[in-house]
Amino acid sequence: MAKIEPSDAGAVVIVGSGAGGGTLAHELTRRGIKVVLLEAGKRESIATFSQDPGVAFGQLTWLDPRTLSGTWGVTRDFPTLPAWIAKTVGGTTVHWTAATPRDREWEVTARTSYGNLAGTSLIDWPIPYAELKNYYQLAERRMGVTRRNGVPGMPASNNFKVMYAGAKKLGYKRVHTGYLAINPKPFDGRAFCIQQGFCAQGCKTGAKWSTLYTEIPRAEATGNLDLRIQCMATRIEHGTDGRVNAVVYRDAQGNEQRQKARIVCVAGNAIETPRLLLLSESSKYPHGLANSTDQVGRNYTHHIINFVWGVFDKPVRAWRGATLAGLIEDPQVNEPKRGFVGGYHFELCSLDLPTFPLVGIPYGWGRDFASVIDNFANIAGILVNGEDMPRADNRITLDPKVRDSHGLPVAHVHVDEHPNDIALRNHATEQAARLYEAVGAKRTIKGNTPPATHNMGTARMSKDPRDGVTNAWGQTHDIKNLFVSDGSMLSTAGSANPTLTIVALVLRQAEYISREMTARNI
Amino acid sequence: MNPALILQRREFLKAGGVLTGILAAGSPLALLAPTRTWAVELATLTSAEGATLMAMARTIAPHDKLEDAAYALVIQGIDGQASKDAELKKLVKDGIQGLGPDFAAASEAKRVAALKKIEPSPFFQTTRVKTLQILYSSPIAYAYFGYEGEAFSKGGYLYRGLNDLHWLPDVPAEDAGPMPVA
Repeated sequence: MAKIEPSDAGAVVIVGSGAGGGTLAHELTRRGIKVVLLEAGKRESIATFSQDPGVAFGQLTWLDPRTLSGTWGVTRDFPTLPAWIAKTVGGTTVHWTAATPRDREWEVTARTSYGNLAGTSLIDWPIPYAELKNYYQLAERRMGVTRRNGVPGMPASNNFKVMYAGAKKLGYKRVHTGYLAINPKPFDGRAFCIQQGFCAQGCKTGAKWSTLYTEIPRAEATGNLDLRIQCMATRIEHGTDGRVNAVVYRDAQGNEQRQKARIVCVAGNAIETPRLLLLSESSKYPHGLANSTDQVGRNYTHHIINFVWGVFDKPVRAWRGATLAGLIEDPQVNEPKRGFVGGYHFELCSLDLPTFPLVGIPYGWGRDFASVIDNFANIAGILVNGEDMPRADNRITLDPKVRDSHGLPVAHVHVDEHPNDIALRNHATEQAARLYEAVGAKRTIKGNTPPATHNMGTARMSKDPRDGVTNAWGQTHDIKNLFVSDGSMLSTAGSANPTLTIVALVLRQAEYISREMTARNI
Repeated sequence: MNPALILQRREFLKAGGVLTGILAAGSPLALLAPTRTWAVELATLTSAEGATLMAMARTIAPHDKLEDAAYALVIQGIDGQASKDAELKKLVKDGIQGLGPDFAAASEAKRVAALKKIEPSPFFQTTRVKTLQILYSSPIAYAYFGYEGEAFSKGGYLYRGLNDLHWLPDVPAEDAGPMPVA
């Protein structure tokens, strides 16, 4: 691994080592570019992952304080935890369940497809879909996605069998074990999936793609990466020319450090990324970096996520197998006659016993609540994953009161649901309940909206700088050598789980950065 | 959690009380434990307070055939946290006092009514969350609900019941995928 001097002004500094930052680090270092990768969390490994859900949650989750407001169900049910994302080397790719469907063409032209819907800030993506598609293919090859490029699908689990039978009764056509970045057979030096479940606790076999053991070790092997763990970026500095030139961070001992930079790429996920830009305010940029049009932190999207459970009178044992190995693609269509614009997927889902009563089912206690858990082994599960509408006032701001352990304002997350969000959620959860009833469920339960695992849009790509923070390459409109390299870039939410899109965009961004560095444009 | 932890002998006299019980014959725990009797020592709660809190946990999450030892772990957990956290200790002790001495022996209907009255309180909400967190995380609960927990150490479920559900038809090959060769 490289040792890059703090005074070395030639390095690219990347903040965050997840799907975006980890992939970018690999892509730049393999092109001979020196990279300092700052990661706030510790470094775990497949040997240190815990199979105790409570322990794993504490080991991997970003638990630093955040505050919440708005009508979103998460504000009520999880007032201290807006997002269920990771703070560890590899970021949320350690915790993710590896579902990798694509956004469709009509989703990346959302403003054109859905029209001028009141109360939204919809835009079209500044990238032609044909071009995005090429990078989807590259990302899928890199990650070994099932049912793409000749990679076989996953075998069917009990839980999927229930979902499949119900889906067919309802007439759905495109139902299968899903597009997953999990090896159904050995690939890329990693093992095949043994269907143990526990995807979200860190994959003990490494069958699931994670930058922790794919991109990052490869970046280290180039000799061009300086990975600094337990280093929390607190501020990005700039020179009199307005270009960024250093990142200030706290190291594992809490001491302040400063790394000079030629280019800074922020990949802290869509809550911390805008927070860092806002924290970096200066006399030249009084509202924070890249915020001349007041767009940093706005247009926060999180998907319409909802558990739906079917309770049967026979065993399902839904925990057996890869957690999300099942997909119904049919509802990913834009059919305003359903009462809303945008689409959704159904994905297979299960939760472990300790998590299910706390996260999976609505608040409750007493006989009825306990009777659901009495049937735990007989419960099949679906996760709704739908597009939510961007809104200017659904946004990340700096909390005026609450401070973190470094004395800095924490992120405040405000979300008011749009009527379209509510209509989509109602439609999807009703359909999922019908699906289970069609195969004999004695009861169906519409669960909670869990803390957001898909966080997007807060530094979004836009053609017009008035509509977003970054251009089609994730380069900020205001500052040429400042990039955003994570889900914050997504112009609208689409209905696809965002990781594949993030990796595709970052593969494209890395080519651009490399080209622009060679041309000495940045 | 190791069952030995709750079955350990009293090593020295503590200020707190004790909860005791007998494991049901055939209980998975009974197979592991040297004796079917169990005792949970409390650091800060008295025996009477422990019994009231236990009745509260059983009212929040009533599983009639789940043995008392599973609920005793909840009380032990809350008691342990309260012994290190003065604020929590006061919250729990005051809350238990508020429920009164007759709560533990009251009918379920009366216990539910009493808890409904205090449902918005920090005492109830804290106890509810801690009860759910601890109750469903123990090996006793895993066994009771038929949850198999981690399977990495056993080679996963790939060849151990991934697809052993026989009350619905099999998924056609084109919508699923082949079993990998081990």
